[in-house]
Amino acid sequence: MVLMTPSTIELTVTEDDYRIARYAAAAIALSVAEAALPSPLPGIKPGLANIIVLVVLARHGWTDAAWVSLLRVVAGSLVIGQFLAPGFFLALAGALCSLGMLSLAQHLPPRYFGPVSASVLAAFAHIGGQLVLARVWLVPHDGVWYLLPLFATAALVFGTINGLVAARLLASPVVPKAEP
Amino acid sequence: MTDRIPDGLRELLAHAAGEGHAPWRSLLKAGDWLLLLAVGVLVAASYPLLWRGGVADRAIVKRDGQLVTELALNVARKYEVTGAIGTTVIEVQPGRARVLSDPGPRQYCVQQGWLTRVNAVAICAPNHVTLQLTGRSGQNGAYDTLNY
Repeated sequence: MVLMTPSTIELTVTEDDYRIARYAAAAIALSVAEAALPSPLPGIKPGLANIIVLVVLARHGWTDAAWVSLLRVVAGSLVIGQFLAPGFFLALAGALCSLGMLSLAQHLPPRYFGPVSASVLAAFAHIGGQLVLARVWLVPHDGVWYLLPLFATAALVFGTINGLVAARLLASPVVPKAEP
Repeated sequence: MTDRIPDGLRELLAHAAGEGHAPWRSLLKAGDWLLLLAVGVLVAASYPLLWRGGVADRAIVKRDGQLVTELALNVARKYEVTGAIGTTVIEVQPGRARVLSDPGPRQYCVQQGWLTRVNAVAICAPNHVTLQLTGRSGQNGAYDTLNY
């Protein structure tokens, strides 16, 4: 039998915390699964975890989306063993830039713009932030801009796909059908 | 074959195939289409802008910023320029050019090797000599300015 003294620190866990943790767990799982995919060029990834961020943004607002996104970056890099490695800072720069873009994009008129627009804009903010950090810090040479067309194409393709998946998840009922 | 699939799996597959969902097309609104179109055009435009082809066809040699000579890149030849501290030898071969030798102490422009791209430049700063490639696309003024 394990005897423990009662904890002296009481952390009150709110319903919001549980919700954010559940979403963040899904996002972390996606980013870890994605790390196993081979990539033609370092930095070109589908960014599947951003589907979760988009869903959270639409359902619960920007603050929750920011929590999920940043928890995903930190915890995801811990799981993969990339914490504080260059890749972590690139991911962080990308995530911060996309969150900034999403904070603007959420004010787009919802009548004409859906999750796909938010996703594509965030994807471009993401590569923008990454390339600027890479240029300033990792590869201090203008040669990194030669990769811009490739990164931009990846951002357009994966941004569209992630946005479509997020739009579909948002369009489907929140509570799944009960198993018979 | 279809009978062998368990009910749960069949349901999952049907779900994945989009049963009971709105078609993908309906998930895109008018603004989304516009944005995708605009971004697509920008991405397509970024290829020729950043990877502007243009075969290098001439090498420009300058001393103290003043044009010394233009060498066509279709015949192999060597060219000597007298600069501030000695003689720089430029070698030209079909489609490429390099600084063969330079009196500079650190030999950066020599170690740069062959230049093949349009607008590639080798600068022999101690001798005040530069070698730059230029090509058709740069000459006929397809772009007024290019910024990085």
